Amino acid sequence: MSVDIYKINPEFRDIMPKDIIDLEDNATWGVEKRGISDLTDKKELLEEHSLCAGCPESAALRYILTALPKPEDTIIVNSTGCTSLMFPHIALHTVHSLFGNQNAVASGIKRALEWRFPDKVKDVVVLAGDGATIDIGLDYTLQSFFRQEKITTICFDNEVYANTGGQESGSTPKGQVFKMAPKGKVFDKVRMWELAVTSGCQYSVKLTASAPKSVAKVVREAIFIARELGPTYIHLYTPCILEIGLSASEGLWEMKEQDKDRFVSFKYVSDEAAAYLKELKKIRSSIMSRDTSMAKDSIKIRMPALGGQGAVTAAHIAATAADTEGYYAVSNPFFGAEKRMAPSESYTRLATVPIFDRGGSYIS
Amino acid sequence: MSIKDMTKEKNWSGQKLVSTDYLLFEAPREKHFMTGSEVTKEAIKRCTVDASVSYPITPQSEAAHLIGELWAEGYVGMYFRGENEFGVMSEVAGCAMAGARTVTTTSGPGTLRAMENFPMWSGTRIPVQLILMARGINSPLTIQPDNLEVTFMLETGCMIWYAENVQELFDMIIAGFTVAEMPDVHVPIVTVVDGFFVSHTRESVMLPADDIALMPYDPYRAPLPPIDSEMPPGRFLRDPFVMKSNYISYATHASWQWEVRSAVDRSIPYARHFLKGLVHTSGDQDAEVVFVACGTASHQAKEANRELTKLGIKSKVVKLRTIRPFPHAELLEATKSAKYIFVPEFNIVGWLDKEVTQSLYGKSEAKIIGRPRVAGGMSMPVEAILHEVLEHINEEKGA
Repeated sequence: MSVDIYKINPEFRDIMPKDIIDLEDNATWGVEKRGISDLTDKKELLEEHSLCAGCPESAALRYILTALPKPEDTIIVNSTGCTSLMFPHIALHTVHSLFGNQNAVASGIKRALEWRFPDKVKDVVVLAGDGATIDIGLDYTLQSFFRQEKITTICFDNEVYANTGGQESGSTPKGQVFKMAPKGKVFDKVRMWELAVTSGCQYSVKLTASAPKSVAKVVREAIFIARELGPTYIHLYTPCILEIGLSASEGLWEMKEQDKDRFVSFKYVSDEAAAYLKELKKIRSSIMSRDTSMAKDSIKIRMPALGGQGAVTAAHIAATAADTEGYYAVSNPFFGAEKRMAPSESYTRLATVPIFDRGGSYIS
Repeated sequence: MSIKDMTKEKNWSGQKLVSTDYLLFEAPREKHFMTGSEVTKEAIKRCTVDASVSYPITPQSEAAHLIGELWAEGYVGMYFRGENEFGVMSEVAGCAMAGARTVTTTSGPGTLRAMENFPMWSGTRIPVQLILMARGINSPLTIQPDNLEVTFMLETGCMIWYAENVQELFDMIIAGFTVAEMPDVHVPIVTVVDGFFVSHTRESVMLPADDIALMPYDPYRAPLPPIDSEMPPGRFLRDPFVMKSNYISYATHASWQWEVRSAVDRSIPYARHFLKGLVHTSGDQDAEVVFVACGTASHQAKEANRELTKLGIKSKVVKLRTIRPFPHAELLEATKSAKYIFVPEFNIVGWLDKEVTQSLYGKSEAKIIGRPRVAGGMSMPVEAILHEVLEHINEEKGA
């Protein structure tokens, strides 16, 4: 639908909890610039969380939520495990049904929504742990890839069954001693990111959550590709600091270590997906690269000047040029009496999305 | 074909939209001759179904792939083959959560493989319809009709209806969507028939024309919001109950389980209307020999009733049409005259016998005899029923 579903009925506003009011007043939604920078001053879509202090998974989830290109039309399907403890805190449509069936449920949701809303884009994103994705749910994960379901699957790989007390998983590295592997794990870590490629994913990336902007970029690319082409997969290292004996402050350090080891970057992009990303970058360059460059989906230009210098004309020229090129653009000058050398201010707004804002612009 | 082709008068395939009452009770009908699988297709064709996911399994694979044909013909909105029954039941759950009228069908081993999904369905309050064509459970390997699997479904929180023949299956599928989607019910419906005896049996059936169909499902009347990002996310909460081990978490889970079962009970008035009663009786109304049965066993009991009449013995057949909700009041009323209640069944454990015994405990003086029972795909000869009856009513003389 639109962000309107998050608007509070004015009659009830005075009894709503502050975090709900904040969602309306200070969260970012699809029509605005969204990204990692929101973490500093915007209302996040995750309200607190119930994971262990310092858990990298909670940080990763925050990065992912700030990176969703259209949260108000995003459905998140999750599974049992540590992740399932966070999902009730997300202010979006989320589903938990069973352990391991997340990609099957997501397939049904995506297909039913495509049928019910043929003219709308609704993103379906699966977020589940390594046990759910690779062990108990492997069949459903891979089958959804075979079927080319247009969903994005994000695996939080903490290399262990953490929520049940630290048992070995298929994703545990060989030799690691965990419960159920008292003599050390005897087989290698399952290379799920490669299975994703051979199973038909259009995009498969392995990385740690050490660099927020990298996570955000990958999430956006994966969702955009899934919308148009087919399944995308992100394998994200979010270590269980508890089970590997680290303190709450050591998660980032562990991820940075693994950036050079088990989680050295892996990125597969199908030819079709690469071409699509390139095309997308051309059409919507500002949206695609918002988290990694200066480009944004909207730009505000403020030109303080003195009458006669040409700032008013410049604002109009800039806006007209953008409009001619197919962008949204608005220019409006402010000035007092039309006297030479009188102070004036001109504003130009350029965007890839409709612009409603008018008048003075003081934050660029 | 697109959902955008639907108008207030017609669905996307051009069928005129009509009420359930009209479709079931008023529309003129013509005689056809078809199998249970074929009639499943005919029923779904008239139900404005949004979505179906299937997995092949004997003896119902025909029904599952015939739904696929409906999709190809433009009657069903979305359809695909899933990877296995656990996956399929999760996929149809996703469809129903996303606001689609959804149907699937399975049997025996598939039912058991998918089992974890069924309480999740009812707990999620999705009105999905499962057409269950009962078959034996392995091991040893069997594909023959045996309804043991139904006993595993009884406490899943789903409604369970039992159709006796091809005609009842057709009508129950249509009524099933309607009752399951009532806002104060809104739980899954499992429509059961006996495999082969109904799924593969060809018999005459009266069908309305196929240019009319049920009104579409309106997910915005559901007691829980559909997962479609068109409504505020009703399922987000600050304090997940699974995090806690305290009275609030226990009470939340317990009260929801009560609510699911209450929702099943709230289907009773609707089921009475659309099924024309939760039980159907035939034979001598004041007979001391009463058969309580469902599905094919009630057919066999009716044959026994005819033979007993020839022998001068009055008997009555009470056919249960709903198992969940269980028709306690109707059963008690229908067995008032009984001295002997026979419960013939197509399984080895006698799940219906247990249900009947429990329901009538302390309320009926009748002797309840869970016989005859056949299993593993055996037919139930009338002679077997007569033998049980004569043994019991002539205890000294024997059959």
